[in-house]
Order: sequence, then C-alpha cells, then structure tokens
Amino acid sequence: MNDIGTAAATAIDLVVTADPALARIVLLSLRVSLTALLIAALVGLPLGALLAVARFPGRGLVLSVLNALMGLPPVVAGLLIYLLLSRSGPLGPLGLLFTPTAMIIAQAVLIAPILAALSREVLEGLWEEYAEQLRSFGAGRLRAVPTLLWDGRFALLTVLLAGFGRASAEVGAVMIVGGNIDGFTRVMTTAIALETSAGNLPLALALGMVLMAIVLLLNAAAQATRQVAQRAGA
Amino acid sequence: MRAPDTMLPLIAEGLGFAAGGQAILSDVNLTIAAGRPSMIIGPNGAGKSVLLRLLHGLLAPTQGRVAHAGPDAARRQSMVFQRPVLLRRSVMANALYPLRLAGVPSAEREPRARAALEMVGLADLADRPARRLSGGEQQRLALARAAALNPELLFLDEPCASLDPAATRAVEQIVATLAARGTKIVMTTHDLAQAKRLAGEVLFLHRGRLLEQTPADQFFFAPTTAEADAFLRGDLLW
Amino acid sequence: MTKILRRGLLAAALALAATGGAAAQDRSITVASTTSTEQSGLFGHILPIFTRDSGIAVRVVALGTGQALDVGRRGDADVVFVHDRAAEERFVREGFGLERRHVMYNDFVVIGPAADPARIAGLTDTTEALRRIAGARAPFVSRGDRSGTHAAELRLWQQANTDPAQGRGQWYREIGQGMGPALNTAAAQGGYILADRGTWLAFRNRQDLRVLVEGDARLFNQYGVMLVNPQRHAHVKAADGQRFIDWILSPAGQAAIASYKVGGEQLFFPNATQPEPVS
Repeated sequence: MNDIGTAAATAIDLVVTADPALARIVLLSLRVSLTALLIAALVGLPLGALLAVARFPGRGLVLSVLNALMGLPPVVAGLLIYLLLSRSGPLGPLGLLFTPTAMIIAQAVLIAPILAALSREVLEGLWEEYAEQLRSFGAGRLRAVPTLLWDGRFALLTVLLAGFGRASAEVGAVMIVGGNIDGFTRVMTTAIALETSAGNLPLALALGMVLMAIVLLLNAAAQATRQVAQRAGA
Repeated sequence: MRAPDTMLPLIAEGLGFAAGGQAILSDVNLTIAAGRPSMIIGPNGAGKSVLLRLLHGLLAPTQGRVAHAGPDAARRQSMVFQRPVLLRRSVMANALYPLRLAGVPSAEREPRARAALEMVGLADLADRPARRLSGGEQQRLALARAAALNPELLFLDEPCASLDPAATRAVEQIVATLAARGTKIVMTTHDLAQAKRLAGEVLFLHRGRLLEQTPADQFFFAPTTAEADAFLRGDLLW
Repeated sequence: MTKILRRGLLAAALALAATGGAAAQDRSITVASTTSTEQSGLFGHILPIFTRDSGIAVRVVALGTGQALDVGRRGDADVVFVHDRAAEERFVREGFGLERRHVMYNDFVVIGPAADPARIAGLTDTTEALRRIAGARAPFVSRGDRSGTHAAELRLWQQANTDPAQGRGQWYREIGQGMGPALNTAAAQGGYILADRGTWLAFRNRQDLRVLVEGDARLFNQYGVMLVNPQRHAHVKAADGQRFIDWILSPAGQAAIASYKVGGEQLFFPNATQPEPVS
C-alpha cells in the first residue's frame, strides 16, 4: 500500500477537478489568513519600527516579552480568545465565536508579535545605518518610522511571508474559536485535522499537499514581485 | 532690532566632548564666518569628525556651546558623510526626501531636486536605484541631496576618503561650485593637497585641541605652531 | 513607489471583500454536537434536508459530549445534541437546557486487533471482555476526554468491577482526544477500544482492527437533544432552535435519520416516538 502515492494522486485530482468543497475551504483559508496578516501587519510593522528606533527604560523587557509572545502556543491563544468571545465572556455580546472573524482575530493575535519582533530586528540594522543622516535632515525618531518601513520593504516582505506561513499553517487556535463548522469555518488545516480523525489519511495528506502548493505559489509570487520591483529600481 | 537673515557666524565657545571618561575634544574656541571653505585638518584621531558633528548638532557637547548668529540654524545647514547614507530608493527620490522633510512646497521640490542632480551630473540617472551607483556617483548624489536644501552652511566629513582620483576630482569640483555660489563649506580631510586646493582657511586639530585657525596661504607656508609645522613636513606626531 | 503600495493594498482589500460573506446565510443556528454524529456523515446527510425545508442553516460544532455541553453552558450554541444521558439530565437540572428529548440510538462496539491477545472475540458480555483485557494487561485505548463514549466506557468498567486506573500509563492509555484519533492510536498500537459504531463504520485507517464484541444490551448508545435555555442566555435563537428539534423528532426528521446508510448498513436508529429504554 502506497499511501503517499495515493495522496499525491488525490491531491492532483482535487485540483484538476476544481472540487467545489475544496475551493470553498481554500478561499476561506486565504481570506482568513490574508485578513489576519493585513491586520497584524498594520499593528506589528509600525510597532516593530518604533521599537527599532525608540530607546526607553524597560525596552529590553518589552523586547523579551515580544520574543516570548512569538512562541505563544496557538492553543493558548485560541483558549484566551475563546473565553473573550464566548457569550459568557466580556466580548460575548458581539456574537463572534465560531465565525471566520473569530479565526481572523486568533491568527492576527498569533502573528502580530512575530511581525513586530522580526521587523524590529530587520529595521534596527537599517536604523543604525540611517540614524545620523536622518537626524542631519531634521527627522526625529517618529518621522524615521515610515522611512524605515518603506526602505526596509524588501526585507519586510520576507517577514510578512513568515507571518503568513504561521497563520495559514495554524490549526489549534482556529479549531477552538472557529469550531470547524462545515461550509462556514472549515479551513485547510482544520479539514486536514478532521480527515486525520476520520482515519482518511491519504485525503488528509492530499489536502496538506494542496495547502503547501498554495503557500509555495504565494511565496513565489512575492519573490517575483520583489525581484521585478528591485530591478525596476523602486 | 531685527535678527539678521543668516546663521553665520557660527561660534564655538570652550567646546569639549568626552566619551567614556576619555576627553576627545577640549576647549575649542572658533568662529566660522561666511567666505571661502574652512578645512579642518590634523592627524588621525585628532577629533576632526567629532568636531564636525558638534558643530552640526549631531552630538551634544559635554562642555561649552555652539552659538549661531540667526534663527532657524538647523534648517540652514546640512552635512555629507564619509560614507554616503543613501535611501533604498531612486536617485530622484533621494534628492526629494530632505526637501519634503524641510517642508519645501511640493511644486518646488522636483525642479530643485533636478537642478541639484544636474549640478552634480546625475540628472540622467534620476530613475536608477541609488544603491546601484558607483562610489563616486553615490557621493555626488549625497552632495546633490545636501545642496538641494540650499544650505547656508555645509559640513563635509572626509567626502573623498574612499574615492579614486577621478571621483575625487569630481567631488572637489562640486565643492568649489557650491563655495562659489556662497555656500559656506566646513570640511575635514586628511589629504593635504586637497586642503591646499580648496581651503580659504585651515583649522588644525591635534590631540583634541584646536591649535590653529589660520588663513590658508599663511598656514601652508608659515604655520604658527611646531605641531602644524611637523604635520606639514609629514613627521609623525604621536 | 507609494503608489505601488497603495494599489497593492487596494487590490488586497477588494479580493478580501470579494471572498467575504459568501458563506454567510441569513438564518442560522449553532448546534453543539459530538464527533460521532459529525464524522459518521449523518449531519451531512440530514441537515441539507432540514435547511431546504426551513431556510435555516445549521452550523455544527463537533466536540466530545462533555465539551459540547460546556459550549451550551456558556451560551455559545442554541441546541445541544449529544449522547450521555446522565450528563444531559444534569445539564437540564442545572437550568442550562430546556426539556431533553431522545432522538435516536446506535450501539457501541468493542474493537481490537485480529490477534486478540485477551481472547474476547465473540463474547456477548462486555463486562467479561473488559475483565479479560485487564487480566491480560492488553493495551486498551481510552478517549479520556469526558465524551459520551468515555462516560459509557467508565460505566462499563464499573459494571465489570474492574478499575482500569491501576493500568494507567501501562496498558490503559488515556489519550484525551476524539474518537478518530483514538481509533488511529488503537490501530497503531494494536490496542482494544470502545467505539461508537457510526464512527467505526466511517473510519478508514483500520489496519487490522475489527469488531470483537457487539450486541450486548449494555452497549446501547442513546442520543438526546435539548434547547439551550433562553432564560439563561437571552441571545439563544429559541424559535429556530426549537424548529430544528421539532423537525428532528418529527416523522420527516426520523425518516431522514433512518435513511442514512454507509455501505448499505444503517448507522442510527430513530426512536423519538418510542419510550426510551433504560440502560
């Protein structure tokens, strides 16, 4: 019995026949993870840039906390958000538990610290190079933030891809807060978990292959964009 | 009484700078007045770059002070560094960047940036990524960027230190052009020949002290101090 | 250059808006249920019929019975549909659920490796089978997750006057996961396991596992349904939830359950109209 071969054949079949159930799951996965990435980036990248330029007492502690948050177990994040969004929790009246929005929140919470910590790392090097020149131009630290974000854009693209990878590969948190509801909150990873539970290992693996292919495509597209943009001198 | 519409002269009084308990500059008194370039020379480690940064305001003095004749001094001066710090953007975007920061109206920015690029001979490369330029071109872009601000006072920190002779000549030409337009140049160099070519006056630094501030023709033929004399003769001072 | 960035953001926003909302339906209820009903494919069979007739979409969150009841307690579901009578009655007694109704049953089966080291194949007394497994110290995989199946298993050990806890960490292996992962574990370790027949029939990764004990009255597995008390949680969609309960108890709903078959075998037996047998 060649399970991996079966899985590969199943994966190709799923893609070639454009299986509608699969298409829906893939679209939801992309919608959830890309929205989470957008939200996390709007918070995480400026925060990373601010931490790169700011010097204040307790900065080391903040950086340590941020680095620790990068390793936040998804299940813990999921539980926390579950308790917040539950009808019996403080945000219960919003009715967001077991919806795609809850999953977006969970993924954004998971990856925002990653984006912040990695962009801090990347932009601090750039800041060391730019600091004197920007001060000579009369730009304060705050004004340096957008400059660093723009000038570090190619390195930040890699940071964003890392964040997207973590978001789209995540299963523990979205399972808890999304509920893996068929046709509503079922994404690639929870579908894989479900098929694994049903002992349908080749199908689970096939879904995994499709997920990897999608992530690979997105990475390739991002790399190509980066190369074209760099060649164009942007 | 109206304040004069100039930041010059710039006056340093009892200027000193120490880092980690080590005095790098002490008791520097000088006056930078409008006119031909002031060249700061002296052996390695004399404190030339630190003096430039104190005068420009990038470093805060640990003793003494820097005073300007008029208001808005920060906006009337700019600086070019030994290794040009170029933004990861096009040549044109680099020239535009400080203009936007300085609050130049948007309609004026592009013509001013283009004129500055033309002055340094980089107008044809306006759309190139700045970091792909050669070393000499990069330094010329840094000069154009500073010049676009129309500063009254321009600090140059060893701008030719890592350039070949041709690129050095191009930079000197630009410096001469700017000086002829009335921009006051204050420049450090370790190259005596260059100092001779450009200087209106010489400030000689040795071991963190300003030993001479002398008109150029006098300095190169009859320096006042024994140290300067030894330096001109190429003797080791340490 | 900022133009490129702005255009990119705009495109991303448009793409998100285009994919957004597609799955949402105006009327929906959330049902907290068990993995056995979801993974056996029963819901996939009967829910489209209900939705077609009522216009109400049913969102099923499939968990163990204990967790499903907790979701109901917190007010995060409108209806609870599970299989642990004692726990369900407590849920109603505590005021979290309204009237509990029995819906359908199937049965548990004891599954084990073909080699059958504890020699239980063909027994009709489950308690004897469990005693033999414990006596042989043969690997036994327990759900260990407060699910309905877990509760049934613990009840059976009690009836067998055997305490499996003495074998904990050795032959008695509590994995704290759903039916599927538990079956995967039993398959990998050649262990015995108590499973609901529905999940077993739909399970694909059997390796050399097979049904060894079945047909014992003790293996009866009753499912019950109840509405989450709207007086506890005001946002509960009581009308639509009750409509689902009424439907599943109605002849139409009961017929839908009876018509679900896997490989020609009926998985669940509707019994809403009969008095519930006492297990």
